[in-house]
Amino acid sequence: MNDILITLLIIIIKLGLIFAVVLTMAAYLVLAERKILARMQLRYGPNRVGPFGMFQPVADLIKMLTKEDVCPAGADKYLFLFAPGLAAVTALMSLAVVPFGPTIEIFGQQVPQVVCDLNIGVLYFLGLSSLAVYGIALGGWASNSKYALLASIRGLAQLISYELSMGLAVVPIIMAARSFSLTDIVMAQESLPFVLIYPETFLIFFVSVAAESKRIPFDLPEAENELVAGFHTEYSGMRFGLFFVGEYINMIILGSMTTIFFLGGWHGPLLPPIFWFLFKVLGVAFVFIWMRGTMPRFRYDQLMHFGWKVLMPIALLDVVVRGGFMVWSLGG
Amino acid sequence: MATVLFYILSAIALTATLLCVTRRNPVHAIIYLVHAFFALALLFYVLGAPLVAAWEVIIYAGAIMVLFMFIIMMLELAPSQELQGLVWSRLLPVVLLSLTVLGATFAIIAFDPGGVDGIPVYFATPRDFGYTLFKEYALAVEVVSFQLLFAAVGGYYVGRTDKKKGGRK
Repeated sequence: MNDILITLLIIIIKLGLIFAVVLTMAAYLVLAERKILARMQLRYGPNRVGPFGMFQPVADLIKMLTKEDVCPAGADKYLFLFAPGLAAVTALMSLAVVPFGPTIEIFGQQVPQVVCDLNIGVLYFLGLSSLAVYGIALGGWASNSKYALLASIRGLAQLISYELSMGLAVVPIIMAARSFSLTDIVMAQESLPFVLIYPETFLIFFVSVAAESKRIPFDLPEAENELVAGFHTEYSGMRFGLFFVGEYINMIILGSMTTIFFLGGWHGPLLPPIFWFLFKVLGVAFVFIWMRGTMPRFRYDQLMHFGWKVLMPIALLDVVVRGGFMVWSLGG
Repeated sequence: MATVLFYILSAIALTATLLCVTRRNPVHAIIYLVHAFFALALLFYVLGAPLVAAWEVIIYAGAIMVLFMFIIMMLELAPSQELQGLVWSRLLPVVLLSLTVLGATFAIIAFDPGGVDGIPVYFATPRDFGYTLFKEYALAVEVVSFQLLFAAVGGYYVGRTDKKKGGRK
């Protein structure tokens, strides 16, 4: 009985820590993005609240919480209220399988630095990322607004198209690590991160991940000049905030997955593992922000053609060639 | 523990499916169906098949239902109106299907001695599952995948563009 209690306590502490750290990180990622974008465009960015604008996220939070929560006329009320939560929750739930570091020993207890090392961890992540589509779809549909609906339709099409190539790009990694468990995948990269062995797979994965994150150059669901603000046009206050934060949590998750699948997870010289993990995740996040500061937006048909006629066949070919090579080198 | 979970999940799956069939609004129906798929996925997990559970969510809830949703949004279907008359012709399939399923279940429990014993507890790791699927049942898997290929080619043929008339779509 005591053992079960201790295990439960450890899990709850881990969950609390992860929520606290990731939500804070997401809030400061917003600030970081605004600052970095501003510097790229020769501006200062937010610098009024606290030293270097460090308290800007707190000010934003207070603003969002005190704003009126508007529900437009003719909206499907329950789904409208439910959709932002869905977007944030599906993003947060993926964190359960992310291994932040190797198993460590605290007070004689073996504590793995992951909430739950599922033996289907990769599929759990893919499943949740395919469910994240519902947040956007329902949010846009329930708003009873043409712009939001159009954005939702775009978002749906984009996400399900690029999920395919993302899933296919993970296949060579699973074949190399011989496991669906994220911890095993990181362990398999102890000597060499997979990005050096599978550079083309990494490229396919990274492009798909960029499309999954719905950011420039793939931010068709919220293209301002055509769709006002996309699927969350009708949202205000904290419900808009949930969509917004969900997007940044999603960025952290996708960064974590890129780190786990290709950049060697927590492995690195000298510094403690958790530091390496965070460093790599933030590095990927920085590249996302950098891309946003640099690239123009795709046109919608270009996006779909690229996804289905270029990325998908290449990803399939990659799986076949890599798999064939693996079988051949094993002598089977 | 597993038995209690089984009954809770079955109740959720059945309720959600019933609600799905009776909703007038197609989007609401889809949401309930997704709930049912979730309950089913968890049932598979409880029964020791985590891989099938994950596929249930990825393929059914995450891909097929999203496609349904996509089409409903594109067509902007209004909630369907009450049909006049013809109550029996609409109820008949429901009654027939229910009777068939009930009859089959009863037949299994009554006449097959193995039906009462329940499934032996087994936990299929992804490795075991893949091995069984692609070693022992490789031929069946290939046949099924060929069917999918036929369906894809058929769909392409049906939706082909007529080049002579010019213009796409």
